[in-house]
Amino acid sequence: MSELKQELKEKIIEQLNLEDVAVDEIQDNDPLFGEGLGLDSIDALELIVMLDKDYGIKLADPKEGRKIFESVQTMAKYIEENRSR
Amino acid sequence: MKQSVYINSVGSVSAQKTFDNSFLDDVVLHNDTVINVIAPNYKEYIPPAAARRMAKGIKMSTVSAKNAMQEAEVAEDEIDAIIVGTGLGCIGDSEKFVSDIIDNNEQFLTPTRFIQSSHNTVAGQIALGIGCKGHNFTYVHSAISFESAVLDAKMQIEENEAKTILVGGVDELVDHHISTHRLIGHIKKEAVETMSILKSGTSGAVFSEGAHFFVLSNEKKSSCYSELVALKTFNVLSESQVSDETSNFLMEQGLTEESVDLIIMGNNGDNDFDSYYDSLSKGAFKNVAQAYFKHLSGEFDTASGFGFWLANMILKQGKVPASVQLNEKRAESVQTILIYNQYRGENHSLTLLKKC
Repeated sequence: MSELKQELKEKIIEQLNLEDVAVDEIQDNDPLFGEGLGLDSIDALELIVMLDKDYGIKLADPKEGRKIFESVQTMAKYIEENRSR
Repeated sequence: MKQSVYINSVGSVSAQKTFDNSFLDDVVLHNDTVINVIAPNYKEYIPPAAARRMAKGIKMSTVSAKNAMQEAEVAEDEIDAIIVGTGLGCIGDSEKFVSDIIDNNEQFLTPTRFIQSSHNTVAGQIALGIGCKGHNFTYVHSAISFESAVLDAKMQIEENEAKTILVGGVDELVDHHISTHRLIGHIKKEAVETMSILKSGTSGAVFSEGAHFFVLSNEKKSSCYSELVALKTFNVLSESQVSDETSNFLMEQGLTEESVDLIIMGNNGDNDFDSYYDSLSKGAFKNVAQAYFKHLSGEFDTASGFGFWLANMILKQGKVPASVQLNEKRAESVQTILIYNQYRGENHSLTLLKKC
């Protein structure tokens, strides 16, 4: 699980071009949207594509994303439970 | 009655150090076949949250547009229209988007690259940044993309459809674009020193990139650089037609070749196509002071934006830097400048500016 969380942090920084953010600055339970990393709706779409491409998870209902993308912790938990690759 | 069109400010990011509005005080000498812009520290101009999704072309344009708006002292809500010319738009993200389509078998396409792969993303991003809901238009027309944007702005101001317009031209250099143009011989095979480019005697050009923005208005501000008198574009002209069309263009303004104080030309050292410029420099303009600029800016679809910037700087500062002088003739006082540009024998433009 901790390896997956580390991997997710690296991917979030790389794919969302968070040039000024380091991996160790993202805490597992930091909110990704709003006050935390400050991600927005376009980032949410990028994360949905990332789940599909890298972990084989298709989100049928985009509203699900609200809970899944709360933090790195919630993302990692959902991926572990649902991944097909 | 037609309104006059004034250029009240300039903004430039180019292969020279122009982003700080200095006027070629220290020419950056390159020795290469492709040259990148001398980039400002983008973080000083663009918040990191906004910059992270910006392609290089958008960053260059944002800096250039901000500088132009600041100098003209126009508030964001005073901009009636944003008009941009670009040959290839944000081609870097276009390339990545197309690569993603191929590599991922048309699956997993992400929104950011798609947003930035459209040509009109620069004008759109600037409008979003300043909250401009007015006319927003992008012209994509090879080497007359910039002129097409300027012409649209000129007509809108003349007809009183707009009072203040932000106009610009932008193109960026990226790897795939460079490799394809090397393959077809449009880029020089050998590195050329900046000040020796016209003596290269070889085919092709030194490629580059840049963003040039200007605030055009019907009101002459204290910052005014010049008055835009006339502009005309031609898709195709033979070498022999260039002189005739230039004469006609000047005649329509009640001028002759001899009454132009300085002609600025887009010679890029391409042995196959610089003869178009020779038809003017060795012909009707042989007794007129001449300048050139692509040895400093490099060649790209909107390189003429650098020529336009140069003309405006000369008119405002009243001096022609030695680094751009093409012949031995010197005008006592530069009041009128003609800019002539073309690329590979196509998309010719004539622009007439006068001191204001």
